[in-house]
Amino acid sequence: MKKLITLTINKRSYELAVAPNKTLAQVLREELNLPGTKIGCGIGDCGACTVILDGRTVNSCLVLAVQANGSEITTIEGVAEGQNLHPVQQAFVDHGAIQCGFCTPGMVLSAKNLLDRNPRPTESQIREALSGNLCRCTGYQKIVEAVRAASGAAKK
Amino acid sequence: MKKYSIINTRLQRVDARAKVTGDARYTDDLSMPDMLYGALLQSPLAHARIEKIDTSKAKKLFGVSEVVTAEEAGLVKFGVSPARYDETIFCSDKVRYIGDEIAAVAAVDLETALEAISMIKVDYEELPPLLDAFDAIREGAPAIHDDFPNNIGAEVHQEFGDVEEAFKTCDYVRTDKFINKKQDGAFLEPQSCVAVYDFNGNLTLYTSTQSPHYVQRTLAMVLGLPIGKVRVIKPYVGGGFGPKAAANTLELAACLLSIRTGRPVKMTFTREQVFWHSRARHQFFHELTTGVKKDGTLVALKNTCYLDGGAYSSFGIATIYYAGSLLGAPYKLPNMKYDGYRIYTNKPANGAQRGHGGVAARAAWEQQLDIIAGELGMDPVDFRLKNIMQKGDVTCNDFNMSSLGMKECLEAVKNDSGWTKKKGKLPKGKGIGVACGFFVSGAGFPIYRSETFHATAMIKVSEDGGTVNLYTASAEIGQGSDTILTQIAAEALGVRYDDVRISSGDTDFGIDLGAYSSRQTLMSGHAVKQAAENVKQQILEVLSGKLKIPIQDMDIKGGVIIFKKGKVDFSGLRANYIKEHRGWTDPPAGDYLTFTEAARIAYLEKGVVVGGGAYKPGELGGKYKGAAVGTSPAYGCSAQVVEVTVDMETGKVTVDNMTDAHDCGFAINRTNVEGQMQGSLSMGLGEALFEEIKFDNKGRVINPTFGEYRIPTSLDMPNVKTIIIESDEPNGPFGAKEVGEGAIMPTIPAILNAIYDAAGVRISELPVTSERVFMALKKNKK
Repeated sequence: MKKLITLTINKRSYELAVAPNKTLAQVLREELNLPGTKIGCGIGDCGACTVILDGRTVNSCLVLAVQANGSEITTIEGVAEGQNLHPVQQAFVDHGAIQCGFCTPGMVLSAKNLLDRNPRPTESQIREALSGNLCRCTGYQKIVEAVRAASGAAKK
Repeated sequence: MKKYSIINTRLQRVDARAKVTGDARYTDDLSMPDMLYGALLQSPLAHARIEKIDTSKAKKLFGVSEVVTAEEAGLVKFGVSPARYDETIFCSDKVRYIGDEIAAVAAVDLETALEAISMIKVDYEELPPLLDAFDAIREGAPAIHDDFPNNIGAEVHQEFGDVEEAFKTCDYVRTDKFINKKQDGAFLEPQSCVAVYDFNGNLTLYTSTQSPHYVQRTLAMVLGLPIGKVRVIKPYVGGGFGPKAAANTLELAACLLSIRTGRPVKMTFTREQVFWHSRARHQFFHELTTGVKKDGTLVALKNTCYLDGGAYSSFGIATIYYAGSLLGAPYKLPNMKYDGYRIYTNKPANGAQRGHGGVAARAAWEQQLDIIAGELGMDPVDFRLKNIMQKGDVTCNDFNMSSLGMKECLEAVKNDSGWTKKKGKLPKGKGIGVACGFFVSGAGFPIYRSETFHATAMIKVSEDGGTVNLYTASAEIGQGSDTILTQIAAEALGVRYDDVRISSGDTDFGIDLGAYSSRQTLMSGHAVKQAAENVKQQILEVLSGKLKIPIQDMDIKGGVIIFKKGKVDFSGLRANYIKEHRGWTDPPAGDYLTFTEAARIAYLEKGVVVGGGAYKPGELGGKYKGAAVGTSPAYGCSAQVVEVTVDMETGKVTVDNMTDAHDCGFAINRTNVEGQMQGSLSMGLGEALFEEIKFDNKGRVINPTFGEYRIPTSLDMPNVKTIIIESDEPNGPFGAKEVGEGAIMPTIPAILNAIYDAAGVRISELPVTSERVFMALKKNKK
């Protein structure tokens, strides 16, 4: 039996009837046509499905959509404003922090959330904040450099 | 070195904005009207005879459109190398590993498809599973494939020089064994595909692949379709590293289901299925005997290797050759003998993974060379430098080092790591180690025998003159080929980076063998460069006619026409262009005739401004059997120095610093080159310290998750000091060659050698867990 829920996603409100066993990641991708959130493992190991839910990063594959009822959610589609990239996104572009790009949406959201809470993180704080987001391509170095650069930009 | 404006820079990736905003579409993001969802029935047993398959209940389930087994799919064999086609879409007589595919279902949604899968009943006669390579070749072991009664699927025996005679002339000879573990590619995007069969009999497959071309050929062959009716499109791909370089049953089943239902069918692996499908790094059992002279001169190497191949051949026929042919270089070694045996076992098939076939061999040998240097009382860097190959040298197995910055790499990491200050002088528990390696820049031959071009490219200039459309079937899988090829096109044609718009990864755009064996920059780069030069010539020809100036007195650079002999009156052409573009914004002004104006004038003259390019390697060395695996137009090389801390109580190893120098010939994009180096080192670090696919005694993968199969996180990887060496490869476009795989070669042995320097123990079995180091330390104390 489907349940009625309300989600605020990227500052837009949605009323939805969802099956109680659907994860937030599935609902974002399949029902709301927001496929920027990626599913790399489906069991909370890889972080590709990271979204910001009420100010905290979560693996959206581990959150049931019904659990998120009433929440405010930011997905990768809600980070840039029009054609203007968020400073974290711009830094990823500028520093070569992207290769295959499959981890990138989750990485950007984890990085953004870190800088929202701690605008001047140390390198070890950056690495700690990204440790739940796996990347097989980059060796993380350019991602860390990008986040450090974005923290400077965010301060300006 | 020549000055360039687009290449050898740090331009942003062409796909960066799409990827950073979530706008980039990967295969599983695609959806089609009226699309069905597919699921696979995979074997729960590692080795069994199939007695009966009953799909009747599944077929009756509401919402199920089609159920297929070998009966519907047929038994056309496929694989990677035609010499070892040993797979069918579905098993008919036997299952050979846990995960082997038996049936597929298409239904209205995934839940229904999975429910139908659970309703298919299969009766098996269980056979003893062969899970150990050495058990599988024991006398009397059951055959996994009838054609290979002793379970040896492939064997290689090569000798260059005379190894036994050479050992007699050596002052020091030693033998060591080395074992790695089966690895997973661990790309973040699970394989996914969407098959669309239309009512005109055209099949289009969207798939997460490294080689649209090989998938196209396999689909046509197995499904019995004309190749021209099969189109394979590669959306953005979330990493490949080797396992996605061949067609798989997921793709074939989706196509079959779409053909039979007339509806689009999507199929996507779960992460667990990625581990089952595997096709990643083999397990290698190497025994190496190396002989040297007192002064450190390398004389001979004997290499015996057993490869645990898993249930099918996959890329293994190439892997077994690479496990021999990627030793020797980058050192002058006159005598080399190799005996390789690839063994079928009832485990997921192994195939290609970054550094194909050579990574374990390299780890084994570079550690042995370190031991030998120690025995001879030589510094490991000096020992390597004494034997190093240089530009123009040819290996005993006929690899021509047409460029080789190996010495420069080794000297660079020595200097930048502070080697001399640190080697042998660090406190107990801290250590430093060095290693070298090399890799091909593209396989010299396609995987099937053919005179085919390896890459083609087409450039079409838009009719308004403003955009250069580049079409290539090459595969951007994250490594950055779209960016590299865009840069090459812009540089060769003389336009701005933003003027070029690349479309890639589609078999309709031409031939390209794909993203494997580090071939896209060199091979596709050549084709793109040629296409760009062709278009440039065509435009200049038109200008030459209009302006009455010889072609050789003109050039195109930075988006404008250069008149080498001074000012030219082109006002007539400009007036014509402006008249053509009445009402458009940005009428051209200034002292230069722009590329856009020239291209528009060329269009008005010719109607179509299209240029093509095609590349295949010229004659390569080696006439012996197996010479096709390893001969390449060019070789990249790397040296690395690694510093580690070993906890002398627990055996825990931490990698503190890595210094890497790689000779990529010429860096088309410096940021991308560094990214490939850093990514290679990360994968090597994972393989060295913790990656291992584990099995229970039934042949089931017991760690098919990223929680239990650990790849490096941001907390495991140190920052890497990356040094780019440019040796100007004569066979590469603008002098460029590989970086994507050569950079992983020295990582594992450099770590192993650093562990020895820190703790005095030699570890000859990967991964280097704390337990393994602890036991070695304990043994050392006795």
